[in-house]
Amino acid sequence: MSEETTIQKTETAEAQVASWSGGKEPFKASYGKLMMWYFIMSDAFTFAGFLIAYGALRFSVPTWPEPDFVFQSFPGGITGWPLIFVTLMTFVLIASSATMVRAVQEGQRENKKGVVFWLLMTIVGGSLFLGCQAWEWNQLIVKENMSLSVNPFSRHVDAGTYLAGDGYSIEAGDTFEPGDYYLIHKVDGEWNQIPYQAEDGSIRVQEFGPPAFGSLFYFITGFHGFHVLTGLIILLIITIQVANGVYVKRKNGYEMVEKVGLYWHFVDLVWVFVFLVFYLL
Amino acid sequence: MGHVNYEEGKKIVLKGLLLLAFVTVAEVFIALLGKGYVISGFYLPRWFIYLAMIGLSVYKAYFIMAEFMHLRYEVKGLVSSILLPFILLIWAIIALLWDGSHWGQQREDVKSPFQIERQGTILDESEIEDILDTRELLD
Repeated sequence: MSEETTIQKTETAEAQVASWSGGKEPFKASYGKLMMWYFIMSDAFTFAGFLIAYGALRFSVPTWPEPDFVFQSFPGGITGWPLIFVTLMTFVLIASSATMVRAVQEGQRENKKGVVFWLLMTIVGGSLFLGCQAWEWNQLIVKENMSLSVNPFSRHVDAGTYLAGDGYSIEAGDTFEPGDYYLIHKVDGEWNQIPYQAEDGSIRVQEFGPPAFGSLFYFITGFHGFHVLTGLIILLIITIQVANGVYVKRKNGYEMVEKVGLYWHFVDLVWVFVFLVFYLL
Repeated sequence: MGHVNYEEGKKIVLKGLLLLAFVTVAEVFIALLGKGYVISGFYLPRWFIYLAMIGLSVYKAYFIMAEFMHLRYEVKGLVSSILLPFILLIWAIIALLWDGSHWGQQREDVKSPFQIERQGTILDESEIEDILDTRELLD
């Protein structure tokens, strides 16, 4: 090592000591912003734990419902549109993330009207997303009767022939292959498990799917929805504060809007992975 | 902060919105195409679908963090202190998915103990009895 580089290294080391010895911001970020980042980090680990638990439970059962079949409804009584509704939901959330960036940018220009406008757009987007989620949950709970402990969605593990119809898509005499999926409907409040003759000649009824699917779906998307809801409440409070001119006096480029924005983008970020594991894989 | 001017920033927002929407549509399209919904009888290999989904999702996450959350413009130390801990997740994913498939194997063994195979060889009756005896003791 030459003498020059040694001197340079010592100088940078001294500069580092100086920047960490107090009175300065070595990360060039305020305390509030830094702590928002570390909160987001810990929350990300919570979500990662849930999603990994989903993976472990999914790997531990022989069958798992097919997302293209479970999530194929669309408002207006339409079925057979796999994943279209959730794609729309995802787009709405992404759009609300984009409007949030705009709010932060207007804040840096100290443009109060712009901040309020784009924050309101973000709130509209977030509310739409939450509304979509409510519709999806309603569909699963009321129409398809999936609960925390009973999951009527499953797939066949063997081939066979149905001995009766269910009044929906199955008719007596229909054949199926291993991996074909089905939904057990309720008739007059009673489960209507359709009997079938398996390839080995035995007569069985459609089995329920792994209950973990339902409980994980409600728990994880519910936890995400709860984050969206709290995000909306915070956004609403901040919008009122902005409109009242609270942050004009602080003269820090509406940093509060930026911090709330970080949280809002995080909600979008988590949805990327929830969307991945529940709907795409 | 402050590394992009206002007009550039506006462009990044529009670009980000279109990019993320496009990637999402691409993901859904690949999923539906690969499972035979778009062209009947046409399927993509499952490993390809999974790899594409994970790759595209990670790209979306990268874009949101880098541009929307401005992480690209922060000090290196701050970025490392946030991102490096996530290396732990690599271990968590491998360990727990591995464990999960083992639980699956155990469930099968409990359901049909007579089909227990040890290192590929089917056990004879006395060995199975031994196993069942141990199970009863455990119960």
